Amino acid sequence: MTTLLIIEQVLNGLQFGIMLFLMAAGLTLIFGVMGLINLAHGSLYMVGAFAAAAVAGLTGSFVLALMAAMAAAAIAGVLVETVVIRRLYAADHLDQVLATFALILIFSEGTRWVFGSFPLFLNIPAYLSGPITLPGGIEYPLYRLFLIGIGLLVAAGLGLLITRTRIGIQIRAGENDREMIAALGVDISRLYTLVFALGAALAGLAGALVGAIQSVQVGMGEPVLILAFVVIVIGGIGSIKGALIGSILVGLTDTLGGIFLPQLFKLFMEPATAQTSGSALASMAIYILMAAVLIWRPTGLFGARA
Amino acid sequence: MKLKTLALSAALMALAGGASADGHGVKVGMITTLSGGGAGLGIDVRDGFMLAIAQSGRDDIEVIIEDDQRKPDVAVQLADKMIQAENVDVMTGIIWSNLAMAVVPSATAQGKFYLSPNAGPSALAGAGCHENYFNVAWQNDNLHEAAGAHATSAGYTNSFILAPNYPAGQDALTGYKRTYEGALAGEIFTQLGQTDYAAEIAQIRASDADSVFFFLPGGMGISFLKQYADSGIDLPVVGPAFSFDQGILQAVGDAALGVVNTSQWNKDIDNPTNAAFVETFQAEYDRLPSLYASQGFDTANLLISALETASPSDADAFRAALQAADFDSTRGDFAFGPNHHPIQDIYAREVIKEGDIYTNKIIGVALENHGDAYAGDCSF
Repeated sequence: MTTLLIIEQVLNGLQFGIMLFLMAAGLTLIFGVMGLINLAHGSLYMVGAFAAAAVAGLTGSFVLALMAAMAAAAIAGVLVETVVIRRLYAADHLDQVLATFALILIFSEGTRWVFGSFPLFLNIPAYLSGPITLPGGIEYPLYRLFLIGIGLLVAAGLGLLITRTRIGIQIRAGENDREMIAALGVDISRLYTLVFALGAALAGLAGALVGAIQSVQVGMGEPVLILAFVVIVIGGIGSIKGALIGSILVGLTDTLGGIFLPQLFKLFMEPATAQTSGSALASMAIYILMAAVLIWRPTGLFGARA
Repeated sequence: MKLKTLALSAALMALAGGASADGHGVKVGMITTLSGGGAGLGIDVRDGFMLAIAQSGRDDIEVIIEDDQRKPDVAVQLADKMIQAENVDVMTGIIWSNLAMAVVPSATAQGKFYLSPNAGPSALAGAGCHENYFNVAWQNDNLHEAAGAHATSAGYTNSFILAPNYPAGQDALTGYKRTYEGALAGEIFTQLGQTDYAAEIAQIRASDADSVFFFLPGGMGISFLKQYADSGIDLPVVGPAFSFDQGILQAVGDAALGVVNTSQWNKDIDNPTNAAFVETFQAEYDRLPSLYASQGFDTANLLISALETASPSDADAFRAALQAADFDSTRGDFAFGPNHHPIQDIYAREVIKEGDIYTNKIIGVALENHGDAYAGDCSF
């Protein structure tokens, strides 16, 4: 276990966390501002990946593919918000969960209907592929560095949007008191649609970016969705800052846990058993982290509301 | 009142319809995965199976097809319905070993025949075998054993091996180690459904391995291969065919080129049955068949060959007819071992590009007339 390997794994954890952030940011905004549990957020991630794969296949341009992914996911988001979600704001969380779960099934089978049952091809563009040598002699894939860069840019942009713009003020006010800002004359339904579209576009972007190094297939969004929920619970619901810190914590815990726990167990166990039980514990690590954070701070790291 | 009567008579007619099929021909219940992430495999098995039925020209074989959604509880419900309400004679179709474990033992215990077109868990090959259970594909370990044999003959002496942490993944590494004679540079169990392999690839890079063996079926394999190709590591990779089937290769692209994988079937196996199968499958469905499609096709042809000599109502004669395996397999030579699992050649294939299509080419035989390691534990 050399220092180089550890640095490389920290980068991997960081990259994984940053991609989770793109999902969690939209989810936490939607939950924070509208009080809506959106299980279909993973489907928007899938819509982004499929749109990117389709456009990349047609045009060969990765940049166009990313733009198409954000546009397609945002459009799908606006449609879902105006047609289905708008009727659910007053309903309790169980109704929202049921309706958005139904949306998952509709999106999945709809996508299978349009694109077929086999995974689609989406690859890293040539100018971003291959490894580069970092200072210190670490060979690291350029594309993963690019992901870290994009994620940090989006995080900075979101931070500015929330703290420095009029829309940001409205979003923050909406989180605190929905009725009051409606009474103050802010068009709340327009604000909701906007927040939903923004969250959806971020999910679509994440789907396209990750789809290039993973597989673009039906059902790809749900595993990420579960992690994104863990992130917003850890970070505190509604907090963008919490989503960023929570994502990076989850990314690092998951990646480093998978490497070091089996190694740790080998100190006092047979290698084969250590490997199996270490891997098993590693897959629980983020949930243990979540439980620990909740015991320490029941509203999450940056959660305001109880 | 009138409505009630109408509903009742409709229900009775449905019942009568179910019963009348018993009188002649044979009823086949196919439970397979047709929706969700794993649907590509089930669709290929179904299409291969139905192609063979159509080509046989027999109209007395009724096939009832249901989607298990890759969920064991759904599969069990469907099986109960097929056995009790539909009264099928033969069952088939299940892709995943955990679903097979939930359905097959109870189906065979109720006197049904089960022909597996894919899943071959070790429990059903060894002590848990049943005289009415036939596996037409492979025992789960087989392709991994072939990969180990190939690694040994290719002169690899220090393999890094990885598979998901679930029963089939553990069987995969056991199977590889059974025939691979070199040392291990590392052994990792990944999470089932994991899509990011950066951490594992970093460990491969840091090890002094001379080759990599992986078993990551479906989307997991696509992710791994793309990330591995992008990492700049150029160690040779070996794996079973499950990450290199016709449905997946197009999504992996160049990253898969040159990888050696092991399979009991490929589209270039040189026999008339296979040539006709590949051609008619392409004509019918407008895509190249995968190994799953060939398994569905062979399963149906086995069933048809047994029906030529016996009817499922005469269980002993029908079982003997199945055991004889008197059909032309797309794989060429095919026979059942004492535990009703195949004895067959397993090939090493290499991923190539034909025009715009990624596909496989046979480069040699990895294991000849290979049975499975569990046959000795089986007694009917």
